[in-house]
Amino acid sequence: MTKRSLFALLSTLAIGGMPAAMAQTPETYRAGAIVVEAPWSRATPGGAKVGSGYMRIMNTGSEPDRLVGGSTVVAERFEVHRSTVVEGVARMEPVIGGLEIGPGQTVELKPGALHAMLVNLRQGLNPGDTVKGMLIFEKAGVLKIEYRVGGIGAQTAPTAANTHQGH
Amino acid sequence: MSSTLKIIRWVAFTLIAVLLLQIGFFAWHWYRRETSGSRFAQPVITTTGVPDVGGPFSLVNHRGERVTQDTFKGKPTVYFFGFTHCPEVCPTTLFEMTQHLKELGPDADRLNVVFVTVDPERDTPELLKTYMESFDPRIVALTGTPEEVTAAAKAFRVAYRKVPTEGGNYTMEHSASVIVTDAQGGFVSLIDYHEDKATALAKLKRAIRG
Repeated sequence: MTKRSLFALLSTLAIGGMPAAMAQTPETYRAGAIVVEAPWSRATPGGAKVGSGYMRIMNTGSEPDRLVGGSTVVAERFEVHRSTVVEGVARMEPVIGGLEIGPGQTVELKPGALHAMLVNLRQGLNPGDTVKGMLIFEKAGVLKIEYRVGGIGAQTAPTAANTHQGH
Repeated sequence: MSSTLKIIRWVAFTLIAVLLLQIGFFAWHWYRRETSGSRFAQPVITTTGVPDVGGPFSLVNHRGERVTQDTFKGKPTVYFFGFTHCPEVCPTTLFEMTQHLKELGPDADRLNVVFVTVDPERDTPELLKTYMESFDPRIVALTGTPEEVTAAAKAFRVAYRKVPTEGGNYTMEHSASVIVTDAQGGFVSLIDYHEDKATALAKLKRAIRG
């Protein structure tokens, strides 16, 4: 009870602190204590075999949970990676053993950092598309979500009115 | 009891973190505004002689034609290395390069832009042709035999490595910097992946002016 109201207070404060443009209500999906916000992806160049998935994952519970898998209708596999560019070298490290989301924690999958990689795409992704998918959490179970597809170089989630956003 | 304390502590930490982030954000913006256009924007680097980056290569472009370093002589040239099974860095670089060319307007025709794959096994000229249709048509993509690609990467001092992933797949680690050469193929500058668009564009303009 107290925890819930504290969380609500905190969320309000956090949203209040964000730039106004980001405070639009994003799509929200829930399973158990897990809340997933604004899943999105980027359009893929012609013939590309990989795509990416981004979202915010919040754990509103008191126990840690883990994102252990997922799927989309457009790709054969779903993997979670961390991309880094350190000293000019681009690398991708797979997240081994699932992505942990601690109690009260928000983990953000975003360009240039943690991301879902959609492997072996069966079709290209175009701006304005939506892609159905599932996320599998160790405790919260299966969560059905829908990714909104933005431009090739998009840095933030597309909004309904602006799917061609470049940055 | 202890759980309430924990929550309070957590709330306090989060609030402090949010506050610090905001202070940092504003400070950064202020700093950027104060220093843009000053010597910070374009650090002066003094070297003795020209770094030995760039050299002979022989590869195939996405239209299936054999090309060498001589193909690109006569115009300053931008080279970067990557691969198409790359979810983020490579499409982002190609997308940004497309935007730079648009910004340059007619001057863009005085520049070659070359994308070299480090994954010749999967990146055939046919696949590259389809892939490049999503970007500025002036950007040329190059591939070759694994040996030819190794030789080209070596000439440009570009490191790359195959890294196995789940399910018998692999990904590539590679230098993500953009290399700018002059019209004779001599090294001019590097554009780091994290450099902002304005700085990158300024470097391209400088290369075009010679």
